[in-house]
Amino acid sequence: MKKNHFLHKHQKTLAPLLSLVLIILITASVTPGFLSIQVVDGHLFGSLVDILHRGTPTALVALGMAVVIGTRGIDLSVGAVIAISGAVTAVLTVNTDWPVWLVIMCALGVGMLCGLWNGILVSVFSIQPIVATLILMVAGRGIAQMITEGQIVTFHSEVLDAIGNGYFLAFPIRVWIAIGMIILTLVVMRKTALGLFIEAVGANVRASRLVGIEARLLVMSAYVFSGLCAALSGIILAADIRGADANNAGLWLELDAILAVVLAGASLAGGRIYLLLTIVGVLIIQTLTTAILTSGLPAQYNLVVKATIILAVLLIQSPKTRQWVSGFFLKKQKAVKGSTTP
Amino acid sequence: MSYLIKATSVVEEAQGAPRPLLEINHLSKSFTGVQALNGVSLQVQSGEIRALLGENGAGKSTLIKVLTGVYPRDSGEIVLDGRLMSASDSGHAQRLGISTVYQEVNLIPTMSVMENLTLQHQEKTFGLISWKKAEIRARELLAQVGLDIDPLRQLDTYSIAIQQLVAIARALSTQAKMLILDEPTASLDSDEIQQLFALMRRLKAEGLGIIFVTHFLDQVYSITDSITVLRNGECVGTFQTAELTRSELVSHMVGKSLEDLTPTAHDHSIQRERADLLQLNNVGKQRYLQPLDLRIAAGEIVGVAGLLGSGRTELCELAYGSVKADQGDVTLGKHSLTKSSLRRAIQVGMGYCPEDRKQDGIVAELSVRENMILALQASRGWWSPISMAEQQHLVEDMIQRLAIKTSDMDKPIGELSGGNQQKVILARWLITHPALLILDEPTRGIDIGAHHEIIHIIKELCEQGMGLLVASSELEELVLFAHRVVVMKDHQKIAELHGEDVSEQAILRQIAS
Amino acid sequence: MINERNLPILATLLVFILLYGYGVYEYKGFRDTLVFSNLLTDNAFLIITAIGMTFVILSGGIDLSVGSMIAFVGVLMAYLISTAGIHPLFAIAIALLVGVAFGTLMGIIIAFFEIQAFIVTLAGMFLFRGLAYLINLDAVPISHPFITGLSDVYLPLPGRGGLTFIAMAMLVLLIIGILIARRTRFGMSVYALGGDSHSAALLGVPVKKTVIKIYALSGFYSAMSGVIFAIYTGSAYPLAAVGVELDAIAAVVIGGTLLTGGVGYVFGTFLGGMIQGIIQTLITFDGSLNSWWTKLAVGGLLLFFILLQKGIVMWVKKRSAA
Repeated sequence: MKKNHFLHKHQKTLAPLLSLVLIILITASVTPGFLSIQVVDGHLFGSLVDILHRGTPTALVALGMAVVIGTRGIDLSVGAVIAISGAVTAVLTVNTDWPVWLVIMCALGVGMLCGLWNGILVSVFSIQPIVATLILMVAGRGIAQMITEGQIVTFHSEVLDAIGNGYFLAFPIRVWIAIGMIILTLVVMRKTALGLFIEAVGANVRASRLVGIEARLLVMSAYVFSGLCAALSGIILAADIRGADANNAGLWLELDAILAVVLAGASLAGGRIYLLLTIVGVLIIQTLTTAILTSGLPAQYNLVVKATIILAVLLIQSPKTRQWVSGFFLKKQKAVKGSTTP
Repeated sequence: MSYLIKATSVVEEAQGAPRPLLEINHLSKSFTGVQALNGVSLQVQSGEIRALLGENGAGKSTLIKVLTGVYPRDSGEIVLDGRLMSASDSGHAQRLGISTVYQEVNLIPTMSVMENLTLQHQEKTFGLISWKKAEIRARELLAQVGLDIDPLRQLDTYSIAIQQLVAIARALSTQAKMLILDEPTASLDSDEIQQLFALMRRLKAEGLGIIFVTHFLDQVYSITDSITVLRNGECVGTFQTAELTRSELVSHMVGKSLEDLTPTAHDHSIQRERADLLQLNNVGKQRYLQPLDLRIAAGEIVGVAGLLGSGRTELCELAYGSVKADQGDVTLGKHSLTKSSLRRAIQVGMGYCPEDRKQDGIVAELSVRENMILALQASRGWWSPISMAEQQHLVEDMIQRLAIKTSDMDKPIGELSGGNQQKVILARWLITHPALLILDEPTRGIDIGAHHEIIHIIKELCEQGMGLLVASSELEELVLFAHRVVVMKDHQKIAELHGEDVSEQAILRQIAS
Repeated sequence: MINERNLPILATLLVFILLYGYGVYEYKGFRDTLVFSNLLTDNAFLIITAIGMTFVILSGGIDLSVGSMIAFVGVLMAYLISTAGIHPLFAIAIALLVGVAFGTLMGIIIAFFEIQAFIVTLAGMFLFRGLAYLINLDAVPISHPFITGLSDVYLPLPGRGGLTFIAMAMLVLLIIGILIARRTRFGMSVYALGGDSHSAALLGVPVKKTVIKIYALSGFYSAMSGVIFAIYTGSAYPLAAVGVELDAIAAVVIGGTLLTGGVGYVFGTFLGGMIQGIIQTLITFDGSLNSWWTKLAVGGLLLFFILLQKGIVMWVKKRSAA
């Protein structure tokens, strides 16, 4: 009985976790050596570590996206912000002799400015989030190209190299950065009342206003946070390839991020934020990508598989489906009842 | 039930019992456990204007939606012009001869008047819509309701009154036999209402049956032939308008007749020397509430009475500050709240349980605990969170004190019953220790047991020195606990009853005056 | 009939005339009809996609799958013609059918499962791009006498310009689009849905049926665009038309259509697409400006039109409340 209750309560948590484990196990059975981890020079290597390594940019973006979706919004501009912050990092590293920390601060600041722009459009001008963030999605890559003057700017910096591909305590440094950011977000969301307020505003903005919550400021800061996360992701991606590619950096990452949030069980209609499950969602997507690559299937299956999974999850999540299913069972029950009572 | 039989027989005698245009027999409809309509029967003759009256939740809108096929019915039958009717959707009902005009003009604001009038009925030449023919048709329809406007202009560039008439013109375009007008006058001024009434009289002469929903009693008496009153999903009765006095009508609507009432034993007196807690000085808002004064002392309960649409809710909103008044001052204790944010108002001791629990009260996805601490947390700010231990302590305390039935405090509030949701919202404010609590319809849509408990809580809070402003459509309930009652009518305060004067009769008399 | 709702399309017309006038004033080459006819040809596939998108946006929805659809249809066509050896006419018919079928499917999911169009078409975008990859990984030329024959169709205009088959096809599809939008019950239902879907249902508009038809129509137009794109480039490439959905949305919005639905014109979308083309042409003529200016200019125009629409909506609301 007690166990049943536990299962019921954590149903939502279990689904993404089980999916992740299942995908890892299936891949492991198809590709031998998938689970093996080697230690070289005190660094861990292997497919699983690779998944973590490659998953960090998406994880960071998804973190911001989860918060924005919690306010019943969406941020389509994160890919463009990645390009902009990467461009700022590259250009400042090449053209100035500013210390690295200042360059990084500038890149993060620019990302937050982009978020502020989105936030103002959404909460001050009350333009729908899809529309408001579309503007920066279109113009953002143009801005990034303007910063890099249309070139792929390559740079050399030891600190940035370390951020991109270095190791610390056996794990890639960027994984540590992502973990740090996740913990920081969790603390801010759950150890202050910010998370509660964002969820309340996302689920019922009228009731939230009536208890005195400043909805506008809250929504605006969600977009600023998303901009910050995207900028951090942009720095890592630029550091990874030691250059800024305004055209391709973070291309379609917004879609992966949204997918991860939806996989975590969050509704696009606002409400609950599942930060850790979102990260599980990111790992599911990354594992799938890596699995398809390592299992010998052509890489092009990746998109088809992703699309099928999104559709399946959406259809299962749809209240309509539940209605139909429960309606079906109800009818059955009624039919059974009807037959027993003449 | 006895009312029903007596009343319908009166109608039949008066009309010489011709076959009715619309006959509704024992119609029932329930939504997940709530019986919205319970065996409602009524008949409307051709050329009759019937008023359909009742408080919020009496079942008026459910009845209309079942008639027009928006909701399927559970049982009962609808006969229109001798034919058994079962409309499956709004368009189908229109084709069968029942057209409806809703209060919140259900047309497309972004389309032109002509496009709205002809939508789904456009005439075609060579398979394409002919806008020339459409314009001619639109002008005909507009002429029918006496409107002389440019049909090519966008609908929302016209006033709500004109939009309302356009909606009626559209309703008439489909050879309607029955016309249902659901509070069409709410946003019209007196000239526009006369225009509408003239049209209704003409349609009546043409043999249409009209069901007219309104909450203005003056209009009922100036236009309708007969009145059907609904209460709690049941038909109280159908009456000839000419034979029913206003006070009889009001008592049917609120479910009490004047003779039935025995003065209650409740002590309405209170020491008036207590300092005022809440002061509203000449507070009003254009097209919302006429300026009024109101004072509430600590330990005093002030009731707000009035029919639906009289300005009860508007008064509560302006007092709380969720809608800002455009004139006058609101003061709570020593603090002026005229220009303050809601958060400030809450910090100095204001609390408000809104009328629409689902839309404005609960955050359905969040748990009972989170819903309960929301107001206190908001007044403290996000940076000083209430610790989990404190939360649990507060919430457990409240669950016990208000006897809230929930399996655990982390259950989503949406899964609780209406009465328990209301108690959680009440608890949300009690946790903030307000000096003044505003309750708008605190007992709507909850079961009898919870109803009594909430009234008990209200009295208890008052004894502890809290000031309360309680708006309610249940006079019986107001008289039970209020020290004073403010009577609202047509968005104005028309009377304030004190001490011994607080009685159901007195309130009814004021409302019916 | 000047009223506030027509303001955006008037603004579109003004922007179009100003940009074109600037080109004519500044560059000699701009005065020839060749520039105009090239604009029609070069932007044909974008405008065709955007016409389908106009219906979607008018109804209050969005279709992100169009760019992938163009690539998928192109690759499918190339496969049918080159590998399967089917006559191009049949290949085109099959490709269009497939496009309509996928559009219908997305429409059904949106209408019956009540999932946001945004996320359903996002899945469609992944799916079509992936299917394109499955058929073919590389760019393949489409060479068939019929296709080259189509490319040779040319109707000369005064001056050096002339209408290509592609431009003519686009204009025909434009006229069909305008007729569907303004002269059919379906078109009016689309406007009604975008204006107020709740009221539309009460007025007897078949909401679900209309939604399905809208996405089917968008599927048809983007598949058509895929065919035109394949003829235009003479090849098929699974990475073709990446990001065209954004350009198409931009064309619709710059064309004066309200992004929340209900207000707008198909002809405005044509102008919106042409404006993007003119900006590109101007930047090419200038020579000193870089290509990213196109994105910035389009982004700027997008912002301008969104704010203009918002301003009008707020102004109308204020006035009707007073």
